[in-house]
Amino acid sequence: MLSEEELQSNVSVASSPTSNCISKGGGLKVHNYFGLSDSSSVESSTLSGNVEDDKATISLKATELTLGLPGSQSPARETELDEKPFFPLLPTKDEIFSSSQKNIASGNKRGFSDTMYTEKNWMFPEAVATQSVVNKEVTQNIPKGQLGTLNNSSSPPAAKAQIVGWPPVRSYRKNTLATTCKNSDEVDGKPGSAALFVKVSMDGAPYLRKVDLRSYTNYGELSSALEKMFTTFTLGQCGSNGAAGKDMLSETKLKNLLNGKDYVLTYEDKDGDWMLVGDVPWEMFIDVCKKLKIMKGADAIGLAAAPRAMEKSKMRA
Amino acid sequence: MNYFPDEVIEHVFDFVTSHKDRNSISLVCKSWFKIERYSRQNVFIGNCYSISPERLLRRFPCFKSLTLKGKPHFADFNLVPHGWGGFVQPWIEALARSRVGLEELRLKRMVVTDEGLELLSRSFVNFKSLVLVSCEGFSTDGLASIASNCRHLRDLDLQENEIDDHRGQWLSCFPETYTSLVTLNFACLEGETNLVALERLVARSPNLRSLKLNRAVPLDALARLMACAPQIVDLGVGSYEDEQDSESCLKLQAAIRKYTSLRSLSGFLEAAPHCLSAFHPVCHNLTSLNLSYAAEIHGSHLIKLIEHCKKLQRLWILDSIGDKGLEVVASTCKELQELRVFPTDLHGGGNTAVTEDGLVAISAGCPKLHSILYFCQQMTNAALITVARNCPNFIRFRLCILEPHKPDHVTSQPLDEGFGAIVQACKNLKRLSVSGLLTDQVFLYIGMFATQLEMLSIAFAGDTDKGMLYVLNGCKKMRKLEIRDSPFGDAALLADVNKYETMRSLWMSSCEVTLGGCKRLARKAPWLNVEIINENDNNRMEENGYEGRQKVDKLYLYRTVVGTRVDAPPFVWIL
Repeated sequence: MLSEEELQSNVSVASSPTSNCISKGGGLKVHNYFGLSDSSSVESSTLSGNVEDDKATISLKATELTLGLPGSQSPARETELDEKPFFPLLPTKDEIFSSSQKNIASGNKRGFSDTMYTEKNWMFPEAVATQSVVNKEVTQNIPKGQLGTLNNSSSPPAAKAQIVGWPPVRSYRKNTLATTCKNSDEVDGKPGSAALFVKVSMDGAPYLRKVDLRSYTNYGELSSALEKMFTTFTLGQCGSNGAAGKDMLSETKLKNLLNGKDYVLTYEDKDGDWMLVGDVPWEMFIDVCKKLKIMKGADAIGLAAAPRAMEKSKMRA
Repeated sequence: MNYFPDEVIEHVFDFVTSHKDRNSISLVCKSWFKIERYSRQNVFIGNCYSISPERLLRRFPCFKSLTLKGKPHFADFNLVPHGWGGFVQPWIEALARSRVGLEELRLKRMVVTDEGLELLSRSFVNFKSLVLVSCEGFSTDGLASIASNCRHLRDLDLQENEIDDHRGQWLSCFPETYTSLVTLNFACLEGETNLVALERLVARSPNLRSLKLNRAVPLDALARLMACAPQIVDLGVGSYEDEQDSESCLKLQAAIRKYTSLRSLSGFLEAAPHCLSAFHPVCHNLTSLNLSYAAEIHGSHLIKLIEHCKKLQRLWILDSIGDKGLEVVASTCKELQELRVFPTDLHGGGNTAVTEDGLVAISAGCPKLHSILYFCQQMTNAALITVARNCPNFIRFRLCILEPHKPDHVTSQPLDEGFGAIVQACKNLKRLSVSGLLTDQVFLYIGMFATQLEMLSIAFAGDTDKGMLYVLNGCKKMRKLEIRDSPFGDAALLADVNKYETMRSLWMSSCEVTLGGCKRLARKAPWLNVEIINENDNNRMEENGYEGRQKVDKLYLYRTVVGTRVDAPPFVWIL
């Protein structure tokens, strides 16, 4: 490979801490994959890591997994890879190259390195998980893992930050999947702040909706939201009774729902029982509610009325 | 050369249908150029800003079908701000003014309006086919115009568009006398559908071959629709979660028994398991299956369905199928040509169930595989090398490791060798997307081996300008290059300005290119539109002498014969 040979000859010209480190070992495999400037702090930590690993590297070289296609020359590859990283140190041929060199040499002012090393954009949560991997495979030079360590040693990685436009999935797909997203997994994973999606179905409606129970603070809000959502399906007065802001709907109001109007709001609790919404305190409700259903009043008559609901809640308390 | 009369040559040209081939024959001699010009039926314009409608009409006065693409590919991922461009209106207006007998319009990533659709529907008597993919800006009112006015409409195919659903009656706008529908795809409509109008339309469309419903069509309606259109070849179903509706499920099963022509199935945003299993009897004939929106369906049910699909050629699925599921695919679907595995968890929560093992299994089991899009959490060089060995026939290879910069999870090495193996083995590779931890080395391999590569997508990869240079120097057939968050700068951008004349476009965002570099490029290449997209309010993109260091956030350049476009919004600066 011609370009690799070029690099070989150029390396001897270069003088930097990086190259010194490499030439010492003679046949060492140093994978300086980031190719960043010597001056960046990250780089120096990488280098120090490499120095320690040198001796271990030599002896375990033979057993190293050499990856290449059948027929490719592994020995040749080794020497190529030694010289590989020194792109920034090529002698300048023209002005353009030197200016790019300067940019790199002066430590990548750019947001790219910023994005890599500042936690606020995104980080390497893998690094924490792969710490054990890194430690085991000490023969492999792992700049990435070490970088990750460096990055994360100061503070534990928070939830993975979102990168704009990543992963590369069409917005249409993202939106469609969002309306059919899962609920319970997220709740278990993160305390308190996560959304609590439950499915809401309605007799006669062609498809389900999902609501985030945590986005409401009382029955009134839930009712009006549902009303808006299902208004195309001629929802009855199910939601409006809670508008007073009380946490509990009284028995009489429930009766009004059942007798006078078309639909009632019911929910399936953790035991799999279908109960009328409104009997238990809101906080308890969102804890036990697994599904919501807007039923026809006639169908709901056999459902748990207030006394039983209160019994259940007493049993739990 | 002209031993034959023109009509004979024209007749021969009729057999040449690919755009590339027709472009080639038009270059042979003046006579052939003229004959080809007047006989070209289908025109493909990959970048609507590369040419104007007037020039198109001058060159090809007799075409019947026009395909236009607007925004760059990365617009799919919200990297192009709203209002950037891609307006089809000037095209429709120009075509309407001319005498061209337009019959088909296919648009991708363009902005369409209701007015435009109305004008389209009134201007072309023989208009037959409207295909809109990833478009936006219109509502169901526009669809109503098309339905009302296009007497000979055959295809109305709406794929993944953002349509403002006014819940109107567009379906009932098809006249009662209208019976020529062949394709109806409105899966992307969010709102309610007039089921009665839909059923009547389907019942009076004996030629209907492809029907893709939206989520608002319930199970019993589906069963009725299917019952009156058993000739359907391509079916897209909606969303069926209600487990109580066993009667409809029975009707569905009865209807499905007659579906001997069905070859393609999609939809299933939500489906109770026994609704899904109702389709098992038709699975053995399916060649295309799209379950990539079925987030609510458990992997085991997907697997049960796929086990029946022995003739499958195309499969789009979610990663909830898992490696085990992919092994089932590998052992069942021996005819598989295209596979897409989409991520369920878009926030990279680490719950994905497909790994490099699934990919290897597929490559080992499916000898005809030539296109793959694979989202996963982890990959190894060894796996990619195995895949390359198993499948040297890839034409499209797109691998997306969800976490940027992620190395080989076993060796912690970059994935250069793995992708290198892919490009070296797959001599016909035309499209490649790379991901994971990658150095300049991978681009050296790409430049050296990917001789047929036409489209390359790069994200969070490479070390220096050399990476991009390897690609620009090596890939002679490169047409579309899109790069984000990679350290390539002015040196690479400016090294070979003439290269961009051979390419359709270049996108670079969050890279190292500077304003100064872009300006230099624009000066050297007046036949390029060099667009700087800059959404920030504090517009410091001014002449201030610091251009050499002022990084450009988004650069989009493309060759054009019509110069600077006039419809650019304020946040786009064309140098």
